[in-house]
Amino acid sequence: MIARLLTGAALAALAVGTTAVGTAHAQQGKVSGDVIKIGVLNDRSGLYADLGGEGSVVAVRMAVEEMGGKVLGKSIEVIAADHQNKPDIGSNISREWIDRDGVDVIVDVPNSGVALAVQEVTREKKKVFLAEGPATSRLTGDACSPTGVHWAYDTRALAVGTGRAMVQEGGKSWFFLTADYAFGHQLEADTAAEVKKAGGTIKGSVRAPLNTADFSSFLLQAQSSGADVIGLANAGGDTITSIKQASEFGLMQGGKQKLAGLLIFLSDVHALGLQVSQDLVLTTGFYWDMDNEKRAWSEKYKAKTGKMPTMVQAGSYSAVRHYLKAIEAAGTDDGPAVVAKMKEMPVNDMFAKNGKILANGRMVHDMYLARVKKPSESKGPWDYYEIIRTIPGDEAFASIAESGCKLTQ
Amino acid sequence: MSTIFGIPPQALFGQLLLGLINGSFYAMLSLGLAVIFGLLNVINFAHGALYMLGAFVAWLLLTQLGLGYWWALALSPLIVGAFGVVLEKLFLSRLYKLDHLYGLLLTFGLALIVEGAFRHFYGVSGQPYPIPRELTGGQNLGFMFLPNYRGWVVVASLVVCLGTWFAIERTRLGAYLRAATENPVLVQAFGINVPVMITLTYGFGVALAGLAGVLAAPIYQVSPLMGSNLIIVVFAVVVIGGMGSILGAVLTGYSLGLLEGLTKVFYPEASNIVVFVIMAVVLMIKPAGLFGRER
Amino acid sequence: MATETHGVSREAVGSGTLASSTGVWMLVGLAILLAAPFVLYPVFLMKVLCFALFACAFNLLIGFAGLLSFGHAAFFGGAAYITAHTVKVWGLSPELGILLGAAFSATLGLVFGMLAIRRQGIYFAMITLALAQMIYFMALQLPFTHGEDGIQAVPRGMLFGVIDLTQPLAMYYTVLVVFLFGFIVIWRTVHSPFGQVLKAIRENEPRAISLGYRTDQYKLLAFVLSAALTGLAGGTKAIVFQLATLTDVQWQMSGEVVLMTLLGGMGTLFGPVIGAALVVTLENYLAATNLPVPVVIGTIFVVCVLLFRRGIVGEIIARMRSRRG
Repeated sequence: MIARLLTGAALAALAVGTTAVGTAHAQQGKVSGDVIKIGVLNDRSGLYADLGGEGSVVAVRMAVEEMGGKVLGKSIEVIAADHQNKPDIGSNISREWIDRDGVDVIVDVPNSGVALAVQEVTREKKKVFLAEGPATSRLTGDACSPTGVHWAYDTRALAVGTGRAMVQEGGKSWFFLTADYAFGHQLEADTAAEVKKAGGTIKGSVRAPLNTADFSSFLLQAQSSGADVIGLANAGGDTITSIKQASEFGLMQGGKQKLAGLLIFLSDVHALGLQVSQDLVLTTGFYWDMDNEKRAWSEKYKAKTGKMPTMVQAGSYSAVRHYLKAIEAAGTDDGPAVVAKMKEMPVNDMFAKNGKILANGRMVHDMYLARVKKPSESKGPWDYYEIIRTIPGDEAFASIAESGCKLTQ
Repeated sequence: MSTIFGIPPQALFGQLLLGLINGSFYAMLSLGLAVIFGLLNVINFAHGALYMLGAFVAWLLLTQLGLGYWWALALSPLIVGAFGVVLEKLFLSRLYKLDHLYGLLLTFGLALIVEGAFRHFYGVSGQPYPIPRELTGGQNLGFMFLPNYRGWVVVASLVVCLGTWFAIERTRLGAYLRAATENPVLVQAFGINVPVMITLTYGFGVALAGLAGVLAAPIYQVSPLMGSNLIIVVFAVVVIGGMGSILGAVLTGYSLGLLEGLTKVFYPEASNIVVFVIMAVVLMIKPAGLFGRER
Repeated sequence: MATETHGVSREAVGSGTLASSTGVWMLVGLAILLAAPFVLYPVFLMKVLCFALFACAFNLLIGFAGLLSFGHAAFFGGAAYITAHTVKVWGLSPELGILLGAAFSATLGLVFGMLAIRRQGIYFAMITLALAQMIYFMALQLPFTHGEDGIQAVPRGMLFGVIDLTQPLAMYYTVLVVFLFGFIVIWRTVHSPFGQVLKAIRENEPRAISLGYRTDQYKLLAFVLSAALTGLAGGTKAIVFQLATLTDVQWQMSGEVVLMTLLGGMGTLFGPVIGAALVVTLENYLAATNLPVPVVIGTIFVVCVLLFRRGIVGEIIARMRSRRG
């Protein structure tokens, strides 16, 4: 009797399990060629939601629409999920997407820690990973993968842009306030290398956890270091909070110390307002108001989302468009074959001109050094940046030899 | 520049002051926990969630009704306290006859629900809450620049903690409360309605959490996760101070905030765990806590 | 089998009338577990098994010794880190890595246990919680755990140098063996004289002391055993998912295992297994919907505490008893 009851309970538990996974399981029968499935995996509710989030999904859909919703006669499907900035969640979703849902390509994945985990899964499963949001240059360095492509920017380009520019302006000694995970560590390391190369010195650094609510004690440490420049090696919500609190604690008063936001997105400037963020120098891979093509695409994007795109969102469009074109050219959606084709084809769209993808997966394109306008200079909403200098792609990004990627040896 | 133990005084005093600000929150939260524990014998795991709720109520008052900081300071604790009364009547009151552990588990579940709901609707990134106009700007103290608002938080929390301590130790109502803690049956026999007293005490304890939440909103932003990690530190504070001891909770709260600040100067890496190390040491020497007595 | 020495607890599974059927449905359960990977997604099943072992180990404390630990995430996640590190960086084989993980948790359990058993009830729960939070912060800051990133790309490797664990089925049956090993250890422990003393302590500690038992030593031993088996589960999970992250050491994880045990039935042998399977399935199912997972989990928690304190298996056993009695 009990046996029957408990077996019943166990079977019921299993039955629930089956409905949860069974439906997905049944789809495994479909060959991946029947449909091209694009999975946009990013932070949809947290501190990086504004720089990627739903905006990246919209941008990807725009690329799909441009292809007429089909490639090689097969329909294209876009799905999205929230990795909550946790590497284990990101890795599990990628694994399930690929194993059970037949996803062919994973796009975006801000948060370098999660991106490195996804890179491992896609490498093992031979599926394509188009990295937009993550910054770490390790994705095309020691952690490079034959099916991974890194698109919009990376820590090395940020270091070359902002780091060098600040030293040239007289910021010789540096102290870093670093987000304590893969991204922050790499951004600090890459920037420190550039600063030293340009003749500056490093006074020290302090590491703050991801999604910190109160930076005051870290800022105090930075202040008492006496360095010329406090380099913020963080992103998204963390950048916004730290800049705000720096102004609350009067860090910029007296002009003795300068704040350098090493990674600042358009969405951050929008959240901070020009009053607080004016005159910050930053490096970006995209700004909507640079030429007609970019303006036209960005206006279309704004009509759908109400916001101008960040470089991550614009890059998601560009990368997926190039990916779909490569499938067309290669005649298959097999991961390694498509990426090989992507590397053969130059990238020419509104995002990049004559961009090229190196063997290590790095998409090389021009980067821009920009300064945030003063409130008085801004002519209207979203008129935030003045482009100071174009950084040629070959200067911004590491060469294959420098990158340390083992694929190419 | 002269130094103290090889540390510039500016860093030392600055971190101590920031520690005092953190300590203000520890003190207010552990005070509420201690008041509740004293009478109900319940460890209120939902305390962090209710602290978060206090901040969110303030934020909603501002964004939905246009009611500013000072209104929130008055209304938010009342709303959170009323919510606490409902929780106590509906759920907690059913568990007093059982093992006290069930109270812990129940409030844990409640914390998950409250935090999960806010997280679902507002995401995990913080909502900015402006500093009230009267308290913007700051004072240059020589060794550091102290924003006026943070100074206000320290003063406000001192007033609240001393006021509560006074009310419990020196007033008639407080005397009933202490008596009911010792022997509820006897107090009931004297004609005092102990169940109502219990309900109101819970309401008051969580209202303190709500008040702390309002005070925290302009500093830490309003985020669904703001209470969940803080609450564990506060638990450690309560264990160190001795559970149920009002004075112990307050003093330990401030001292541990200062100690954390000190650790940030001399050994920043350990600043997060110093509270827990102290807890382990105290448990070895005085298992009932610094101000507690064995029950 | 355990009928003569019983008498202390009215809930334990091994009691007379039920003992005979225990073996029968153990076999049924085993058959289901052996066949399951051919029907269900193996990674999902492995997750269920890891959590089931975790919940069973936790249940050894709460269900049979009456100690509510709110810090078991430290043992689960701590072991995951040790296993991941030893396998990835030191290049150890998976079985050695898992064993080292479990050994680490046992040691940690000894330290925690010595501090925590000085107090009882709520105090015990809060002390374990705070100590576990210390481990969390260490995992956040120590260099070898890699903070937010966790230890990634842990190779599954070759079990005993011959079995290739990158094959899903090989990995699944390895996890199954680990689970069964842990389950049998707990089963034997509960029915040993040691287990009977634990139950006596749970029911009435002063009486156990007056009978001449040094209860602190019994409690400590139970704590260490529970920590070690939790570590076994955590280390195995690190190999299955090839990574160890902060999720496993966070206090929310400690709460989750309490829920699994409570839902399935505290103090029953099979309750935690059922509870773990239900919770993992539910989370998996909810992740695909728009419902917020913590709210649903929290609601189950509240309902269990208010109305359903015996849990699923406990409730079934109680019904059976009342019908017979």
